[in-house]
Amino acid sequence: MQWEVVIGLEIHTQLSTQTKIFSGASTAFGAEPNTQACAVDIALPGVLPVMNKAAVEKAIRFGLAIGAKVNRKSVFARKNYFYPDLPKGYQISQFELPVVEGGEITIRVGDENKVVRLTRAHLEEDAGKSLHEDFHGMSGIDLNRAGTPLLEIVSEPDMRSAAEAVAYAKALHSLVTWIGICDGNMQEGSFRVDANVSVRPKGQAEFGTRREIKNLNSFKFLEQAIKYEANWQVEQLEDGKKIVQATVLFDPETGQTRVMRTKEDAHDYRYFPDPDLPPLVIDEAQIEQIRGELPELPAAMQARFQSVFGLPAYDAQTLTSSKALANYFEETVAAGADSKLASNWIMGEVAATLNREEKEITQSPVSSERLASLIKRIMDGTIHNKAAKDVFKVLWESDKSVDQLIDELGVRPVDSSVVEGLVDQVLAANAAMVAEFKSGKEKAFNALVGQCMKAAKGKADPAVINDLLKRKLTE
Amino acid sequence: MQLSSDDIRRIARLARIAIDEQETVAMQQQLNGIFGVIEQLQSVNTDGVEPMSHAQDVALRLREDKVTESNQREALQAVAPAVEAGLYLVPKVIE
Repeated sequence: MQWEVVIGLEIHTQLSTQTKIFSGASTAFGAEPNTQACAVDIALPGVLPVMNKAAVEKAIRFGLAIGAKVNRKSVFARKNYFYPDLPKGYQISQFELPVVEGGEITIRVGDENKVVRLTRAHLEEDAGKSLHEDFHGMSGIDLNRAGTPLLEIVSEPDMRSAAEAVAYAKALHSLVTWIGICDGNMQEGSFRVDANVSVRPKGQAEFGTRREIKNLNSFKFLEQAIKYEANWQVEQLEDGKKIVQATVLFDPETGQTRVMRTKEDAHDYRYFPDPDLPPLVIDEAQIEQIRGELPELPAAMQARFQSVFGLPAYDAQTLTSSKALANYFEETVAAGADSKLASNWIMGEVAATLNREEKEITQSPVSSERLASLIKRIMDGTIHNKAAKDVFKVLWESDKSVDQLIDELGVRPVDSSVVEGLVDQVLAANAAMVAEFKSGKEKAFNALVGQCMKAAKGKADPAVINDLLKRKLTE
Repeated sequence: MQLSSDDIRRIARLARIAIDEQETVAMQQQLNGIFGVIEQLQSVNTDGVEPMSHAQDVALRLREDKVTESNQREALQAVAPAVEAGLYLVPKVIE
């Protein structure tokens, strides 16, 4: 039987505000335990929550960026459960009326575009952290994270493979960092993914029973976890067993998922409107102001890169994978570089070197301006592509200008009349190879090219040598 | 709708309240009395009435995103039953 996997994602994004969602305590990462947990955050009796304006603005920003409905009125609710890192005994969240409803994101998988619909996005507060190492048989609680603003973004079950789920998560990650509402730092927990996974026979209309994989904090784990989970579910069903609705955890060590709790002991959250917080009302003027402040979005920029710079879809998509990379590309072109050459260099040498050194584009020692001056020297024929790569390597390590390095490295191509002379010498000195080539041995041609490059000490354009050799050998 | 004694035990468990058999019976009577009142309210026709989410007809007040709280850990932890290394200590809970 052919099986189809169905995936929906719930993603918690930490909003990049200075302070908590309901208190004026700092949200800076990495502080000493409980030094950023004030009376409101630790839920001392009598305290009241006061909503952070910036968290609301960021939620609206997100709603507009995905073409969703921003609700003019939304309601905060209490989600009740007991856990020591949740001091109030309830989490303030949104239930029936979230701030953002609907919207969509276009993802690209292979050569195909696909639209993933979003269900909703709602504002809520984060919980603290429990440390279970041994404090005399007790657990330690750090409430610095308690009250950090989150936007939980829920998708429809529109994805049909682990690759689509990863593409969606990456597109969303790129978007929230692009519009500046989340720093996207997955190690620090700023972007956490829960995946709802079910399988069904291909062609069947109803969904299968789903299991939810909690708290995946890397794209790699997301992919591994979904693949494992989908295979496991198919095996169960093929063995005639039933899937029981459950919440599971992914263990990166074993690459397996294991049950955390089943539906029978699932929480009954008893949501109800929070009497401490009147409805959140958003007016038209505020929405229009935020709409005006939105930057050009990745999809629009991708389309522009294709139409204005004539880049292939693949290039346009890669270059708009982050705002910083897109900016770097635009600056390189603005500084006079040919757009396709700039794209090739950024996706090629620049990306490879950054990757090797585990650096971000913003940390590139070769500025967009210096890259442009290197590309301009290729464009005006001062150096050829191979020599430019040598210059680039040194450019990465040094502060010298491109022109200085071209001179110092002596990579200017030798004059064409000199190259012709060299080619003649090589032909004269290698009569045997010439004879081999003329008797039909193609390999001899490459050997001759090699001899010529050697004679030119690598400073000649291989394409020029190729042409010269061909012409002379067929004369 | 009538609450069964199982419902009562479940509600108590969700609220982390320990009740014995006798209290369960008493609680069942009281809660069913309250449910009677709610049923009476529910018999009112509310077609076209928007559900109320707050008792006052006001909008949420928003504050500027500026840090106004300083580190009060020492004062706050002075009233905690157990602390160590800046952490609040609680009975071990692992889900």
